[in-house]
Amino acid sequence: MDWLFFGEISLAGLAMGGLYALIGLGFVIIYKATRVINFAIGEIMMFAAYLFLAFAGGMEMSPWVALPLAVLGGSLLGGVIEKIMIRPMLGESSISVVMVTIGIASILVGVVEMIWGADPQLLPSFLPRKPVFIGEMYLAPKIAYGFLIGAALLIVYLLYFRFSRGGVALRATASDQAAAYSMGINVRRVFNLAWVFGSLAASLAGVLVAATGGLSPQFGAIGLSVLVVVIVGGLDSIVGALIAGVFIGWLETVAGAYLGGEYRMPATFAVLAVILVFRPYGLFGTHEIERV
Amino acid sequence: MRIGDAKQSYEADEAILTSSTQKIWFALFLFALLLFPFVADAYLLYLGCLVGIAVISTTGLNILTGFTGLISLGQAGFMGVGGYTVAWLSANTGLPFPVTLLLAGLLAAAVGILVGLPSLRVKGLYLAIATLAASVFLHFIFAEWESVTGGMGGLSLEPAHLFGLTFQSDFGMYFIIVPLAVLMVLAAKNVFRTRIGRAFIAIRDRDISAEILGINLLHYKLMSFALSSFYAGVAGGLFAYFFRVVTPESFPLSMSIFYLAAVIVGGMGNLLGGILGAAFMTLIPEALKLLTAALTPFYPNAPIFMSPMLEIIFGALIVGFLIFEPHGLAEIWHRIRRFFSLWPFKN
Amino acid sequence: MSSILEINNLSLSFGGVKALQDVSFRVPENTVTTVIGPNGAGKTSLFNCISGFYKPQQGTIRYQGEVLAGVKPPVRAAMGLARTFQNIALFRGMTVLDNIKLGAHVHMKSGLLGSLAYFGAARREEMAVRSHVEQHIIDFLEIDHIRRQPVASLSYGLQKRVELARALAMRPKVLMLDEPVAGMNREEKEDMARFILDIREEWGVTVLMVEHDMGMVMDISDHIAVLNFGQVITEGLPEEVQKNPQVIEAYLGTSDMDSLRKKLNPEQEVA
Repeated sequence: MDWLFFGEISLAGLAMGGLYALIGLGFVIIYKATRVINFAIGEIMMFAAYLFLAFAGGMEMSPWVALPLAVLGGSLLGGVIEKIMIRPMLGESSISVVMVTIGIASILVGVVEMIWGADPQLLPSFLPRKPVFIGEMYLAPKIAYGFLIGAALLIVYLLYFRFSRGGVALRATASDQAAAYSMGINVRRVFNLAWVFGSLAASLAGVLVAATGGLSPQFGAIGLSVLVVVIVGGLDSIVGALIAGVFIGWLETVAGAYLGGEYRMPATFAVLAVILVFRPYGLFGTHEIERV
Repeated sequence: MRIGDAKQSYEADEAILTSSTQKIWFALFLFALLLFPFVADAYLLYLGCLVGIAVISTTGLNILTGFTGLISLGQAGFMGVGGYTVAWLSANTGLPFPVTLLLAGLLAAAVGILVGLPSLRVKGLYLAIATLAASVFLHFIFAEWESVTGGMGGLSLEPAHLFGLTFQSDFGMYFIIVPLAVLMVLAAKNVFRTRIGRAFIAIRDRDISAEILGINLLHYKLMSFALSSFYAGVAGGLFAYFFRVVTPESFPLSMSIFYLAAVIVGGMGNLLGGILGAAFMTLIPEALKLLTAALTPFYPNAPIFMSPMLEIIFGALIVGFLIFEPHGLAEIWHRIRRFFSLWPFKN
Repeated sequence: MSSILEINNLSLSFGGVKALQDVSFRVPENTVTTVIGPNGAGKTSLFNCISGFYKPQQGTIRYQGEVLAGVKPPVRAAMGLARTFQNIALFRGMTVLDNIKLGAHVHMKSGLLGSLAYFGAARREEMAVRSHVEQHIIDFLEIDHIRRQPVASLSYGLQKRVELARALAMRPKVLMLDEPVAGMNREEKEDMARFILDIREEWGVTVLMVEHDMGMVMDISDHIAVLNFGQVITEGLPEEVQKNPQVIEAYLGTSDMDSLRKKLNPEQEVA
């Protein structure tokens, strides 16, 4: 076995996994606060990446202006979706709400294709191109720097949710909506903010992933990988999303490199199937007590 | 205006068609279905067959998602199992179509049970994700198991045959698809007149109470999966006979979402809704095609926008119906009927 | 009198919370036995253990002499343990009639093929259930006028009655009623009390009930067990229980009636 090759593949996979962890975090934020499983998260990522393409490519802005604008656009989209399509579903069965997010995903794919066409496109490159070596192992610079930016946001998020007022409100709402409401927390606002913050994380990851692999209206399928991440980690566990994100990213890349691209999805979904059978609430998720 | 009619027996009271008005309408409807292929042109006939296939598959998914409350993203995968079964059998055995379709349904049902097994431990959305995993695996098998499925190129089929008759044209296929659709919808209706259907609905409404009242949850969830995927398998088999070719791309994930949309738009947990939803969702792309053709002389770009427009319309229908009319087209239909059943004595 | 149900040293806890501690009492056959106790005393948890939904960490539940450990809830239902729920658990997607027929599920046999065809044995079985439900349950509980209605449209009292009907369709030997008259008006309560007595006398069913309405409990119970903080304080005849100082304390916080009166009515003292 060629250990150097394995090391390089693993490194690329782990870096990719870091971005999965970020998207997973966005997903978990939304789920924890609102109990909505967001099947449209991949499409929100895609939308932000196309915004970046429009700003940096079409309008020829500096990528460092376009990136925050695109991420902002993606998070606004999340907020708007929550306000006009998710809020009316408050109190409906979780299955109905999930289906609404599936519908939203379909709308976003159509809109993107309508505006930017169906053909795959490349994002203008904006990350440093100097090869990165860790020891002897080579890591593609796009992936390395993408990982660093993603990791930075991830750390900011973790600190924010641990220490800020907003973070406390979010965690309070997650653990008991009624109690949070009676303590004067504006639960509706928390719901909205959760969507905004969750979409923000997803949007940044969306631009970074698209920068390494290109962009097309099918890009949202990455949402399926994210789904695997959050189920394996546990839907309501931030730690779970981080660990599972890194692991699934690594597994996908290694399976793709050694077995072929067609094995990427089956490999991760096999892990998912095992988890569903043996630890249905994920590695770190909480299992709620059922009542009659 | 319809007036009440008293029943003499419980049997009469529990019949599917309880009034003579209903019986007449139903007979007229069947007669129209029979007459349709003789008056319709080739295009309408083609649509009729498509709607028939969609009705069978939607009814199956409605049993699982609408009546038992188990959301499935695997419907296209189960249809694929049926489609490939029929394709393989017709290439390798020469069995007549009733046998191949039955086997297609049974194999799909077996796969359905396998996919439903995690429902022993997980429910709700976790189960939906198990069905998603199943559809990923099935797609992988369709694409990679080349010796059986023909890989990415897929398999092509001989026309359906029985007793020396071959059903090559849409005209012939219509007489397989539509009677089967009618039969399978009626069978589903029957299920919901008995203890099994009640058990399904009980699981959907309150699974824990249902268990305490004597319903073995795993048993009935698996039965619902089996029944639903049997319908999908038969629909997939008909799909294969109708298009005479199956490839991994014949049964994409978007097809599962299409059927979910048909169930929602039609009305979850309502068989009539499933029929309406299937017809509506099948006809929308066709209506859009007509509209595009009409617009092309003025906007030459119109055809490019057709496929994304379709995505937007499907998505908007799902969202719109869930928010504004969660009981779907069936509810609208009932409203219209209530209006006419008292007409003209109500304003 | 022999006991149809015997609870021995039952303990149940969730994490650190002890819902039931060493609970023992018996349900004599063909009686109305009532479990009373303040809110949070563990009454519903006890029912859930008997139904098999919660698995107690310790102790046994003996039903007709047989220990129930490891028996799954649907099997217990088939053995004759039927119940209603505190916060009405009717199936909202079904009519009243279908809800009641669902209760008969465990006593029916028809399989999937019979159901699909609605032919032969399956059809005859459905008809037999329908006529049993109509003649013995719907008539008895006086709910003929609502049989076609979806349950969601009914008043609270009627919903409770439909739940009772569904439990009766299970052909119970022990009928467990979780707060059968909570939230009812006086007339509805009297109806319900009459039904419960009739069920015991005419159907020979043992009734095990949880109820807060002391008037009704004392009127119709043959045997009472008092639960407080997950423990049985006492059990016995209604008169015995009423006099027990521990029971009075559990309910009113003190057994000293004088000091209680002072607490309730401080102004009187001044006057």
